[in-house]
Order: sequence, then C-alpha cells, then structure tokens
Amino acid sequence: MNLISYICSPDFIFMWIRVATPILLAALGAAVCSKAGVVNLGLEGTMLISALFGVLASVYGGSLFWGLVGGLASALIVSAIFAYFHLILNANNVLCGTAINTAATGLTIFVLQVATGEKGNSSSLKSFAFPNLEIPIIKDIPVIGEVLSGHNTLTYVALLMVVLVYILLYKTPLGLRMRAVGENPDAASSVGQNVIKIRFIAILICGALNGLGGMYLSMGYLNMFVRDMVAGRGFIALAACSMGQSNPIGTLVSSMVFAFFDGLSNILQVLKIPSEFIQMLPYLATIIGLTVYSIQQSVVAKQKMKKQKEA
Amino acid sequence: MNSNKRIHLLVDTVKMALIIAIACGLVSVIVFTVSEEPMNAIYNFFIGPFTSVRRIGNIIEAASPLVFTALAVIIIFGSGQFSMIAEGAFFIGTSGAMMAAIALDLPAGIHPIVAIGFAGVLGAIVALIPALLKMRWNVSELVTSIMLNYVVQFFAIYLVNYHFREVSSSSMASLEFKDTSRLQVVLDGTRIHSGVILGLVLCVLMWLFLYRTSFGTKLRITGDNSLFAKYSGLKVTWIMVLAQVIAGAVAGMGGGAELLGMYNRFKWSASPGYGWTGIVVALLARKNPLLVPLSAAFIGYLNVGADIMARNSDVGREMVDIIQGVMMFLIAADALLQGWKQRMIVKAAKAEAGQEVQA
Repeated sequence: MNLISYICSPDFIFMWIRVATPILLAALGAAVCSKAGVVNLGLEGTMLISALFGVLASVYGGSLFWGLVGGLASALIVSAIFAYFHLILNANNVLCGTAINTAATGLTIFVLQVATGEKGNSSSLKSFAFPNLEIPIIKDIPVIGEVLSGHNTLTYVALLMVVLVYILLYKTPLGLRMRAVGENPDAASSVGQNVIKIRFIAILICGALNGLGGMYLSMGYLNMFVRDMVAGRGFIALAACSMGQSNPIGTLVSSMVFAFFDGLSNILQVLKIPSEFIQMLPYLATIIGLTVYSIQQSVVAKQKMKKQKEA
Repeated sequence: MNSNKRIHLLVDTVKMALIIAIACGLVSVIVFTVSEEPMNAIYNFFIGPFTSVRRIGNIIEAASPLVFTALAVIIIFGSGQFSMIAEGAFFIGTSGAMMAAIALDLPAGIHPIVAIGFAGVLGAIVALIPALLKMRWNVSELVTSIMLNYVVQFFAIYLVNYHFREVSSSSMASLEFKDTSRLQVVLDGTRIHSGVILGLVLCVLMWLFLYRTSFGTKLRITGDNSLFAKYSGLKVTWIMVLAQVIAGAVAGMGGGAELLGMYNRFKWSASPGYGWTGIVVALLARKNPLLVPLSAAFIGYLNVGADIMARNSDVGREMVDIIQGVMMFLIAADALLQGWKQRMIVKAAKAEAGQEVQA
C-alpha cells in the first residue's frame, strides 16, 4: 500500500516525466519517419552517438551551445548515412538500422577511449549539461508546481515538439506530402512528388529529434556519457510510436505508459524482488503493451468487417 | 539464362571482395588516425591471429558460436520475417545448458547431448513467443523479439544469481559444471571442441533442408513473396512460425555448445551479442548455409585480430564493431554495383539475340 501512495506522490510523477523525456523525443522522431513510410531501427544507435558527441563537443567547444551543435550534427550525419543507404542504395531498412546500432556501440566506446582513456564513462571530462528550468508562476502552485516545474530544458522542448510535430504532420504542405508518401509512395510519385527527397527529409528530422533524446541522456538525465546508456530506449520508442499509430498525441500517451514502468523499476529496487525481474520490467511492459494494443486493433478490424457484411 | 547466372555470381563475388577490401582499408585508416605506433597495431591485427597454432584455434573458437546464430538468422530472414531472436535464443541456450550441466547426473557421452538438446528446446520456446504474437495478433516481431532479448538476458542472470551461484566467488559466476558435461577438445593445443563439428554438420543439414526438401522450398517461396505463397495455397503463417522455432532451436544449441565447449562456469553478466554479429555473418555468406563457416571464420578472424591488437597496442578492440557495422551497410546496399550488373546482363542478352538472328 505504501507503494501506491508513493506512486501518487509528486516525487514519483516528477521522475515519471523525467524518464519519459528521452523515449518521447525518440518516439516523435520515429513517428515522423513512419508517417513517411520508413521504419527507423537505428534510433538506438543514433541516440547513443549523439549522447557521446554532445558531451565531447561541449567539452572541446567549451560551452553548452557547441555541445548542442555537436550532438545534433552527429545525429544528422548518422541519419543521412542511414537515408543514403536505405533510399539511394536500396538497402533494407532493418539491416541499415542494425548496422547503425552495431557500429554505434563500438564507435562510442572506441571514441570515448581515445578521448578519455577509459571505456566506462566520461566522468573525467568536465562537460556541460542542459539547465533545469523553474517556470515562474506555475512553480508557486502547491502540488502542480512540484510536478511541472524544475524539469530539464529538454523536457520542455520535448513537450513543445509534440505540438510542433503535430503541426508539421497535419498543418503543413510538407507534412501532407510525407503522409502521402507514407500512405502510398506510387500514388504520390505519380502526381510528381519526389518520394526519395521527402523521405530523406523525414529521416533527417527524425535524426534531429533523436539527437535531442540522446543528448538528454548524457547532458540532463545524467551529467556524463556512460557506455550503452541508451539501454533499449530507442527500441521502446519504436514500440511507443507504433502503439501511438505514429500520431504525435498517441505517441505522447504511449511513451508515458512505457516510461511509467521505467520509473516503476527505479523505485521498486527497495522491494525484496530479485533485481533482475525489476530490470526486465520496462521491456516486458513493452511486449505486453504492444500485444494488448494489437489485440484491440484486431478486434476493431473484425467488428468493422462484420458491419460491412451486414451493410 | 546461364550467362545471367554467371553474371550474378561474378558481381556478387566482386562485391564481397570489394567489401572485404574496404573493411581492411577502414581498419588501416582508423589505426593510422588514432595510434601512436600504427604499424605495430596493424601487424598485430592482420598477422597476429596467424602467429601460433593456439591463435589460429582462437579464430575457429570465435567463429563457432557465430555459425549457429548466422544459421538461425538465415532461416528467419529467409522466411521473410525480421525477428532478432537469435540473440535471446542463444543466451537462453547458454543458461539451459548451464542448468543441465550442473543439476543432472549423467554419463559422459550423454550428458552434453542432453544439455545441448535442452538448450535447443529453450531457444525454440523463446523464439516461438514473438512468432506466435505475430501470427495471432499481428504484433511486430521486430520490436517484441528485441524486447524479449532484454527480458531473456535478465532472466538468465537471475537463474545464475539466485539458483546456481558460486557463493564463494566475489564476481558473478555459476557453480562449476560436472566434468561429464564438458565437450571434448578435438584438436590438441587449441580449445577447438566438438561443438564446432556440430556447427559444421548443422550447416550441411540446413543447406539440405532449405534446398532439398519441400518444406525448405516452401519456406523460400514464402520469404521471396509471401502473397504469392499465400495464393498458391501455402500455409504461410505456419511456415513463418516453424522457421522461427527451428532458428531458435539452432541458436539455443549454439549457446549450449559454446558454454560447454569453452567454459566451466557461467560468467556472462550481459549477453555477448553473438545474435547481432550473426546477422553480419549471415549477410556475408549471401544467406547460403554452406558459406556460413567461411564467413564466420572471417568475422572470427577480425575479432581475434582486434583482441590481439588491443593487448599489444594502443588501439581498442571496439574498432571491430565499427567495421562490422560498415560491412553490414555495404552488403545490404543492393544497388551497389547494380548498374554494372545491369549493363553486363543487357550486353549478354543483346549478344544472344544477335546469335539467334544470325542463326
């Protein structure tokens, strides 16, 4: 019972939003990509690379600004490579994504070792982090202030991105083209749309959002880069995107659902359950969540069929 | 027709040679950028693995688990599914073999067979989960299999920590396996074990299965064009499920063979990632089971070279992961050299047409 009261406490909800941020950012990226008809499995690796290069660029550039530039640039470069191989050289997207993830694991540890002499983390470097923001009026409201104010800058950016991605996809010509290309590339191509160009842009936008997600991990959530720190969040984001039907609002909701179990695994460690079971909780929750969602989808599809038959 | 086949083979061979050359070139470029003593590092990387019998043995030992996971990947991808379960099936296989090796009392010849068989069963069960979810409710097997890999990893470590742990050891290690469970060393002076032979046998069996049985043919048709297969009356979903179960069993047996052949305790605190590396090996083998030993040996060679280089120079072994990622990109790039292939096919077709006209 103690646990339930803790889950309802502002502390937990604050942490919940904290752990949801990287998943949300990456899932929004995945949403843009999949609306344009590309499943980007390289989220995991892209986040990892931008997490490291954000930290390194902030150290060598001497300011947070250069960290941001470095992190975003690395994510864009990786995404451009993905896009080039997938779109221009006709490589299968799952294999491209796996290639990015494989290379990213090695690349980050390798570069980390060259830069710091260590393979574990970047704690020896004095890197910059994104500041936390106190929101003027809201912070003075009792419970709501505790929950909503004082988060990392990128957390607010992530929430803003939900709106921006929504506007991009549903209110701009580019978004309309992306959805058309994703829905039916041949039809879009037949009316003169350049499928490759539009998908390329979608993948780059996805890369930028991923870059923010990766940097949040190493320059906000923690203040250093740790090897393999993404730990499957990229894949969870992919699941969140498909459960949210690639719609920014749906993606936000399903990211929050998956992040809930991530947060839960953080606090359950005080209980006397073997820690391995607690560690597997976010991944298990993702499988179950996707399954429940798909069951519901297939029930809806069946009902539609029935109605059509009756009509 | 015949000339087309020849052109395909020629282009494929050139492409592979090109990719291997690019990989080796990339190694040199990276080493020269970061190393203080590049020649030493390069010597250790390329020549190091061949300097003693033991090291050549290391290449084959490193290739052995990759043979199993690559075969699993070939079957899964061959059926048109993108399940990444080879990774999880391999790891659950290792823990299955560990349980059998510690808990059972069996005579020497039978013990490893039972243990590896049990490992295969566990691998098949794990692979069945994403396959069934996909078949029944159309849940993306790609995401569920990757998530399941994490679940399996933690579950295996739980088994070691809570049920088979060596209490006196400070680092994580299981109890020692019974002597009867160990796989025999087949070549003196190395650690090459009978699991390697099992891997080679499986390669041949898998080739026979894919290219000489009716189920294998159905599987390949399903993988090439599942709609065509469906309208031809094949039970597509069952073929896909069965393919993943067989793949899981193969990867699981690989895990068992690796554990019993190379170790006397279970010491992994995280999955060694052979399932992911298996994808590179499978692609490099052009999805042909008979070429798997060769491509596994090549990837094994890169890994052993990287290990030796990391020990004897200032370049880290993680470089090999970068190389593997780049190779995966290049192999997957269907359009690479496609223009050249196209021109040759057109030329051959024109020549044939010309002959017919003359005749």
